[in-house]
Amino acid sequence: MLELKSVGKSVGGETHIRDVSLELTRGSLNVLLGPTLSGKTSLMRLMAGLDAPTSGTIVMDGKDVTGVPVRQRNVAMVYQQFINYPALTVYENIASPLRIQKRPKAEIDEKVRKAAALMKLTDFLDRTPLNLSGGQQQRTALARALVKDAELVLLDEPLANLDYKLREELREELPKLFAETGAIFVYATTEPHEALLLGGRTATLSEGRITQFGETAEVYREPRDIVTARTFSDPPLNILPVEKRDEEFHGREGLRFRASDGQRSLPDGSYKIGIRPHHLSFGTSEASDGLAHLDAVIAISEVTGSQSFIHADRGENRIVALVHGVRRVEPGDRIQLSFDPANCLVFGEDGQTAAAATRPLAA
Amino acid sequence: MTATDVRLADEGSANTDLVRSEDALKARARQKAGGFKPKALIPILYIIFLLLPIYWLVNMSFKTNQEILSGATLIPNDPTLRNYQVIFNDPSWYMGYVDSLIYVLMNMVISVAVALPAAYAFSRYKFLGDKHLFFWLLTNRMAPPAVFALPFFQLYSAFGLIDTHIAVALAHCLFNVPLAVWILEGFMSGVPKEIDETAYIDGYSFPKFFFKIFTPLIASGIGVAAFFCFMFSWVELLLARTLTVTDAKPISAIMTRTVSASGLDWGVLAAAGALTIIPGAIVIWFVRNYIAKGFALGRV
Repeated sequence: MLELKSVGKSVGGETHIRDVSLELTRGSLNVLLGPTLSGKTSLMRLMAGLDAPTSGTIVMDGKDVTGVPVRQRNVAMVYQQFINYPALTVYENIASPLRIQKRPKAEIDEKVRKAAALMKLTDFLDRTPLNLSGGQQQRTALARALVKDAELVLLDEPLANLDYKLREELREELPKLFAETGAIFVYATTEPHEALLLGGRTATLSEGRITQFGETAEVYREPRDIVTARTFSDPPLNILPVEKRDEEFHGREGLRFRASDGQRSLPDGSYKIGIRPHHLSFGTSEASDGLAHLDAVIAISEVTGSQSFIHADRGENRIVALVHGVRRVEPGDRIQLSFDPANCLVFGEDGQTAAAATRPLAA
Repeated sequence: MTATDVRLADEGSANTDLVRSEDALKARARQKAGGFKPKALIPILYIIFLLLPIYWLVNMSFKTNQEILSGATLIPNDPTLRNYQVIFNDPSWYMGYVDSLIYVLMNMVISVAVALPAAYAFSRYKFLGDKHLFFWLLTNRMAPPAVFALPFFQLYSAFGLIDTHIAVALAHCLFNVPLAVWILEGFMSGVPKEIDETAYIDGYSFPKFFFKIFTPLIASGIGVAAFFCFMFSWVELLLARTLTVTDAKPISAIMTRTVSASGLDWGVLAAAGALTIIPGAIVIWFVRNYIAKGFALGRV
């Protein structure tokens, strides 16, 4: 088990990691989710022991490893860039951690060939990494991390520089491959849907702080505050200021809708509602089934295959909707978007979640 | 397996096609140009201009002294190897080359060995005043060697180092270490820091990482740095002459010896000059592919 106890890291007066406490259990899959510069890599470097924290302690299996350099820990790490030893062949690249551990030759050979087969590198073992494609280079790096039988496996956006198909494939296989080793598996990503696909537990990071840590689906469904919800939403979460009076929410530009069952008990006052883009759909003006309606003016529409992104303006607010089907709309068109209030996240003025979505949601 | 073979074969034929079409293109270009291009005159003139003194030197080295003094001839009337015989039969002559080579090689080894860790530190670590120190290293090249001749002479006399190879080798480090650091730093910064970290994660100790993983990656940088050290040390005359008397006298200093009571021995001097060019030419041959990168200090 890896425990981080109020770990902090600042470099030259700049705080990279702020008071992070985490407990990662053996054999678990943990996702660090956050935008670029949110401190994912810094946090991983602290976990690995590449950097020493400026405050707090790091405990591995009950042993304080705070200042212990990376060489004396049993970790493996894969970077976003394809990092291999260019002067060595793929075989030697994969074998390198085992060679350092002075394992018997037969064992090294067996492990390397097994890892290479899993990563589909068997045909390339005699080449040097720079003669491989990007995907093969990254698989070499992953194979090296795999043979090591490390206690802690850190993957820092390992698939970000790969093409779409390879990414899908590897994303599916990776957790399985590493789960067998019983290691603590940490996976950093900027993409919310990648976190959801991986499952496991997710820690959302924002500005060097862990905003929430829990089961991935739970963090997605019930974010603790507005920052977590924002981090865990792609395309970005639509946030609208509203006022609750009795059983109704009143917003700007004539927005008005009835609170859902879960929201009714909230005291009157100012709130912010968060609407995920895929919960918005093209609506009809008949306010019938308890749906809320938004009037907006199209700014941009993008069609991506079977879905369309609609960017629309409401006063000074820009909202994004992800709707099914190909919609032919022109910038400047007036449209009406509707959403189910039960799908809204409601945040108080302080940013804390006042009422989570009451309906079980699909991702 | 067969699939790979087929693919390889495909690539092979594609390559030959490419070569063929390239040849055809060139041939067409030649045809179109109709043989002589006036544009080509400029580089030709330039090269002749550059090579003329060297040709003259080599030409002279095969002439007798009378012929040299009697006027200009493009080809020796009476080719002779006497000048070279003089050099190769007289230890006081040929030992000059040996002495020069010894201190140049010593300097190369010292400079590169000292510059490697320094360059690594500059490229990988941040420390107080690192940028200033790095620039200061280069400023060492700004002062003319003559400035250092007197202090060096005094210092080495005090330590009894005058007229030794190591004295010259150390003196030349003044110019060559900063240069080597500068070149190597550029090459090292081209290697991602993550490679170092991956090696540490894998469990490499620093020396093992440095020699097994890192050095092969900057091998061309080391070659270029060594070449520049060689070049500057080989052509440097002033310090080498000041710090030596007889035992470690460099060839360029010995060449001034040909002035004697009977006048100047032009032929021998020319032969000595021609021989001096050879080591440099050999070294350039080995590093020719990296030189351009070296001039850019690895920052290409």
